[in-house]
Formats: sequence, C-alpha cells, structure tokens
Amino acid sequence: MFPTILFFVIAAVLVAAALGMILAKNPVHSALLLVLCFFTSAVIWLLLDAEFLGIVLVLVYVGAVMVLFLFVVMMLDVNIEEFRRGIARYWPLAVAVAGFVVFAMINLIVVKHLGGITLRAAPPLAPDYSNTRVLGTALFTRYAYPAQIAALVLLVASVAAIVLTLRQRSGGKPQDIAKQVAVRARDRIRIVKMSSENRP
Amino acid sequence: MISLAHVLTLSGILFAIAVAGLFLNRKNIILLLMCIELMLLAVNFNFIAFSRFLGDINGQIFVFFILTVAAAEAAIGLAILVVLFRERRSIDVEDLDTLQG
Repeated sequence: MFPTILFFVIAAVLVAAALGMILAKNPVHSALLLVLCFFTSAVIWLLLDAEFLGIVLVLVYVGAVMVLFLFVVMMLDVNIEEFRRGIARYWPLAVAVAGFVVFAMINLIVVKHLGGITLRAAPPLAPDYSNTRVLGTALFTRYAYPAQIAALVLLVASVAAIVLTLRQRSGGKPQDIAKQVAVRARDRIRIVKMSSENRP
Repeated sequence: MISLAHVLTLSGILFAIAVAGLFLNRKNIILLLMCIELMLLAVNFNFIAFSRFLGDINGQIFVFFILTVAAAEAAIGLAILVVLFRERRSIDVEDLDTLQG
C-alpha cells in the first residue's frame, strides 16, 4: 500500500514540476524544476526496481547535464522578457497536441489493454535479485560492443564540445611543436669565414 | 499496487507536457533542449515499466544507451548554443534566418 501512495504523491510532484518547467518565465527556474523532475523520476524508477538506473539518473543527469544547462543559462545572459511575447498565440495548438497525445495513450491503455498486462501486478523478484548485477552481466556480455560504441559516442561528444567552444585569443605566443622538432642546426647557426688578423 | 497502466499514463502525460512546452517556448533554444530532455525521460519511463512488468532486462539496457546518447546530445547542443550566442548575441529561433528557411 505504501509504495502506491508514494507513487501517486511523487507522480503529482513530477507532473507539477514539469508543468512549472514549461511555464516558468525565468530559464533558471525552468532548469531547477527540471532537476526536480529528474529527482522524482529517480524515485519512481526505484519503486519500479530499477535501482541502478535511478542512481545513474541522479548522478549523470542532475550532477552533470543539468549543471551544464545551468552553466550555459547563466553564461548566456539573455533577456528573459523578450521571449515572453508571442507566447499567448500558441497555447491552443499546444493544448490540442498535448491533449491528443494523452488521449492516444489513455486509449491504448484503457481501451486496448495491451493484451491484458496493463492491470496485472509486476512479477515477483527472486529474494537475492540484484538489479545492478543483472544489468552489468547483460551489458558486458551480450551488449559489450554496443557499450563500447556508447563510450566512443561520449568521447566524440566531449571532443566536439571542446572543439566547438575553443576560442583562439589573438596575440598569444603558443609553441609550435612541429616547427621546434623540425629545426636544423644550420638554420640557427651561421658560420662566418674570415681571415685571421696579422700578428705583430 | 502500481500497475503498468499507472506508469504508462504518467509517461504519456509527461510526454504531452514536453510537446506542449516545445510549442509554448518555441523562441528560446535552451528551453527547447530542456523539453527534449523531458521527452527522453518520458520515453525512458516506458522502457523501465515494460522491462519490469515483462521481466526482461533488455529494456533497462536500452535506457542506459538512451541516457548516454542524451548526455552527448546535450553537451553538443549546448556547445553549439554557446558558439551561436557568441556570433549573434541572441538565441532567439526567429533570428536564425540566414538560410531563408
């Protein structure tokens, strides 16, 4: 019973935070409300016995991605008021599309029942079930190559982010390693032949 | 008892809110990126719910990869945003009309 009550409370907070995120005037508030969304989502994932992914969501999303978002929001220093004009024109369309999405989802769940599994309780887990172990076993055996490709994607993304934002300042005096290595002694030293002086 | 219907409905509502956010905040690129993050979160909800209720770990593996790709996407998107702001002093979508689209 307790998990169900917790689920409903957390889900209410999640939906409220998501609504606040899209309606907030200030991008900083939006980012912070999105952090709240990720926290509450992590709780629901824990309720669904996905412990590892719940922790990863908090660590990676709240710890890295949202901090990055906040950095950029603070760094850009944009005029907030500018964005608010013209918002009123689009809310009927937004409500219509969102309503259609919810309607389609409810129709799928309530009317079609997805073959009857939607109202059943979750299958019980073994007493010594470890989500992390099961996930790790699958990730490093069957999905070993995809895991390496994911690592490569992250590497490319970090390199791309650095290359995109790297700015060369004019007037710097950087080393050119290739030039330094390719230098030859005869380019640097000039040997001058000159006649010796007459001795007295 | 939390059933699959509960979680699917929640994720549907989340996705709908994110879509509405795309329409409402269509001038501010930062908020568009945040709405995309919210959409990916809603999709992950579905994967985790089905993984739990069908007793299949592969759904959670997929969530793992979605998180990876979403993190990469956010990093590159924000980098592009910073470069864009440096060039234009603005992140308004309507200012991005160089290609006459």
